[in-house]
Amino acid sequence: MFESLTSRFGGAFSSLRSRGKISSSDIETTCEEIRQALLESDVALSVVEEFIEDIRKKSLDALPTLQSGSNQANAIFEIVNASLIAILGGQARRVRFAKNPPTVIMLAGLQGAGKTTLAGKLAKFYADQGNTPLLIASDLQRPNAVTQLQVVGESVNVPVFAPELGNGQGDPVKVAKAGIEFAKSKQYNMVIVDTAGRLGVDKELMKQASDIRDAVNPDEILFVVDAMMGQDAVRTSQAFLDGVGFDGVVLTKLDGDARGGAALSIASMTKRPIMFASTGEKLHEFDIFYPERMASRILGLGDVATLAEQAKKAFDTDTSAKLEAKFASGEDFTLEDFLEQLQAMSKMGNMSKILGMLPGAGQMKKQIENFDEGEIIRTKAIVQSMTPAERREPKLLNGSRRARIAMGSGRKVSDVNNLVDRFSAAQKMMKQVRNGGMPAGMPPGMAMPAMPKVTKPNNKKKSKSGNPAKRALEQGL
Amino acid sequence: MGLFSKFIAKIKGTNDFSPADWAELEQELLASDLGPTLTNNFLEAAKKVKSDNAELALIEILTSNLSKNSHEPVLVAGTTTIMVVGVNGTGKTTSVAKLASYYKKSGKSVVLAAGDTFRAAAVDQLKTWGSQIGVLVVSGKDNGDPASVAFDGAKNAHESASDIFIIDTAGRLHNKNDLMAELSKVKRVVEKVSPINEVLLVIDATTGQNGLQQAKIFTQCVEVTGIVLTKLDGSAKGGVALAIEAELGIPIKWVGTGESESDFALFDAQSYIKGLLS
Repeated sequence: MFESLTSRFGGAFSSLRSRGKISSSDIETTCEEIRQALLESDVALSVVEEFIEDIRKKSLDALPTLQSGSNQANAIFEIVNASLIAILGGQARRVRFAKNPPTVIMLAGLQGAGKTTLAGKLAKFYADQGNTPLLIASDLQRPNAVTQLQVVGESVNVPVFAPELGNGQGDPVKVAKAGIEFAKSKQYNMVIVDTAGRLGVDKELMKQASDIRDAVNPDEILFVVDAMMGQDAVRTSQAFLDGVGFDGVVLTKLDGDARGGAALSIASMTKRPIMFASTGEKLHEFDIFYPERMASRILGLGDVATLAEQAKKAFDTDTSAKLEAKFASGEDFTLEDFLEQLQAMSKMGNMSKILGMLPGAGQMKKQIENFDEGEIIRTKAIVQSMTPAERREPKLLNGSRRARIAMGSGRKVSDVNNLVDRFSAAQKMMKQVRNGGMPAGMPPGMAMPAMPKVTKPNNKKKSKSGNPAKRALEQGL
Repeated sequence: MGLFSKFIAKIKGTNDFSPADWAELEQELLASDLGPTLTNNFLEAAKKVKSDNAELALIEILTSNLSKNSHEPVLVAGTTTIMVVGVNGTGKTTSVAKLASYYKKSGKSVVLAAGDTFRAAAVDQLKTWGSQIGVLVVSGKDNGDPASVAFDGAKNAHESASDIFIIDTAGRLHNKNDLMAELSKVKRVVEKVSPINEVLLVIDATTGQNGLQQAKIFTQCVEVTGIVLTKLDGSAKGGVALAIEAELGIPIKWVGTGESESDFALFDAQSYIKGLLS
C-alpha cells in the first residue's frame, strides 16, 4: 500500500539526510522531489501546490532555528509528516451514533467503488461491537446487486431488508423509507443503506440519492472511494458533496499498490475526514482509518500500531497467558503450542501484508511480495498430521512415523525432518534463554515458518536405506 | 469553450502563450490522468509547434503516443476465445455482457463462461445479463474453481461451434500473487481446449496512474492484447489508457460509456484524443 509513494519520499529524504548542513536550496530540491512524487501518485495539482507551499514555508521558517541541531533532516521530515497528518484529517473520527436509534448510515459513491462489499464490512464491524445492524438494499440498479447484498449479509449474519429484487425494478426511495420503519419496529439500533453507484455527472441518479437521503435522514453519509482513483477524484467528490453531501470518506481497495493520491486530494478539497479503510476482499479486512498511521506508512515509517493491534486480536489473552505460564514453569515448548501460534498467525491475515507494516518495509518490497504464503499452510499441515502425543513429545518421531506424517501432509519426508530440526533448535534455544536469563524477544515459533527452506540435494547415496524415512528421502519422495 | 480550443485560438492568433497559459494546460493534462511524464513530453513538443495548422499538429503529438498495434478486436475462423480480466470494480461483468450483446447483434453465436466464482452474486449478475441478451451462460458453483468453469464453457462453445466464447473472471488486485497465479491457470486450462485469441484488460476511466501498474502486471501474467476503457461517460477522461498505450503498446479496443448494454463502442482514436483535452 502506498509503496511507490513511500519509496519516492524515502528517496527525497535520504538525499536530504546525506547533507551535513541543510541550506534553503536543499529544501527547494526536496520540495521539487516531493511535488513530483505526489503528482505521480495522482494527487490533484492544486492540492500538491498547496501542500508543497505549506511545507516549504514551514521548513524555511524552521531552518534558522535548526542550524545547530545535529539532525536537521529529521526536523524537516517531522514537518512533512505533520502536514500529511493534517491533510489526511488530523484525529480519526468515529461514527456519530443517533440519540434515538437506529443510527442511519448511508453509502454513496461511483460504480465499482465497493459499496456493497463495504456495507457488509461495516455491518460486521458494528455487529462485532454488540450493535444490531440492518442492511437495506436500495441499489435496485445494477443487476443482482440485491442478491449480492443478501449473500454478504448472510455471511456476516446480519439481516438484509430487501423487498424489491432490483435489476432496474422498484423504487429505492420507498425501500429505504420502509427499511427505516422496519428497523424501528424491530428495534435494530443501526441501519446501513446501500445505494446504487452513480457518476458525478448523472443528475438523475444524483437526485435519486438525495431523495433517499431526505427519506432516511442519515446520521452519517459515507462517500466510498476507490484508492486507485485518479485525478477525477476531485471533480467526483465535489459533485457528490454538492449533490448528496457526505460526512466522511471510506477508502477501499487499499490492499492494492495504489499510491492513494485520491485520499489526499479528497480529504484536502472536501475537508471531510477519511473514516474507514478497506484492505481486502474478505469481510473482516476493514478498519478505522488512522491519519497518523497512514502518514507513517506513506513516509516509510511502517505501521507498527496496526500490527500490534492485529497481533493482540489474533493472539487471544488465553493463549498468551498459557504460553507465558508454561515458559515460566520450565515446561517444554511443544509442537502443539507451535501449531497454536501458526493458527494465530494465519488469523492475522496475509503474511506479506503483516511484513509490509514493519518499519523499513519499503526497502524489502520485493522480498515481501515474494513471501510464500503457502509455507505457513504447509508447515501447519505437517504438524496437523502428527498425533497429539507426537506433538507433545517430538522425540517419538522415528522414521516410520515421519514417513506417515509426510504422506498425511502431502509433503516430503525431508520437509518433516526439516521442521523437526528447526523446532528442536528453537526448543533448545528457549531452554538456554530460560537458564541464562537472556531477555526473551518474540515468541520463539514466530520466526520459524518464515525461515528459508533448505532443500538438500538427495542424490548423494545410491544404496537403499532400511529406514523407510531415509529411503523416502533418498528417493526424493 | 474547452481548454484545447482556447489553446488553438491562442496559437492561431498571436502565437503568444503566457507561462500562466502553459501552467493551465499542464493542469488540464494532469487532470485527464495522463500522468506527469506524458504531460511533460506533450508540453515540450507543443512548445515547438510552429505549424499553421496547430490543432492538427497537437492532436498529432498526442496521437503519436498511441500503440502501433492494431486497435481492431481479434476475430478468427472458428471460435474466437476472449478472456476478460481486471482489478475489482472496473466493470468486467458488464463489459462481458456488452461484448456478448455486440456480437449477438452482428449475427454471431455467443457463449459466456461465468468465471467470477468469488464475488457474491457475480454469477447471477452474468446470468441475468445472459437471459436479457439471449446468450448461453455456462456456470459452476459459487466459490468453485474458475478454471473448470472456463474449461466447461470452452468445451461447450466448441461443441456447439459458436463464433464467440467470452470468459468473465473475478476481479483481482494485480499485487496479489496467488490470485494472479489463479488467472494464469484459467488461461492454461482453457488453452487445453483452444488458444485464447484475445485477453482484454478492463480499465476504469477513473483510475489514476495505478492503471499503468495494473496493465504491466496483468500483461506479464496473461499477455493482455487489448484494453476495454469503461466509465467514460463520467467526468473522467481515462488518460491513463494513453499512458498504457505509450509505455506498453497495448491498444485500447473498446470503450464503455454507460450502464446499458448498448453503451459500448469500438475505440475511436480521434474522439478519445479530443476528449482528453475537452
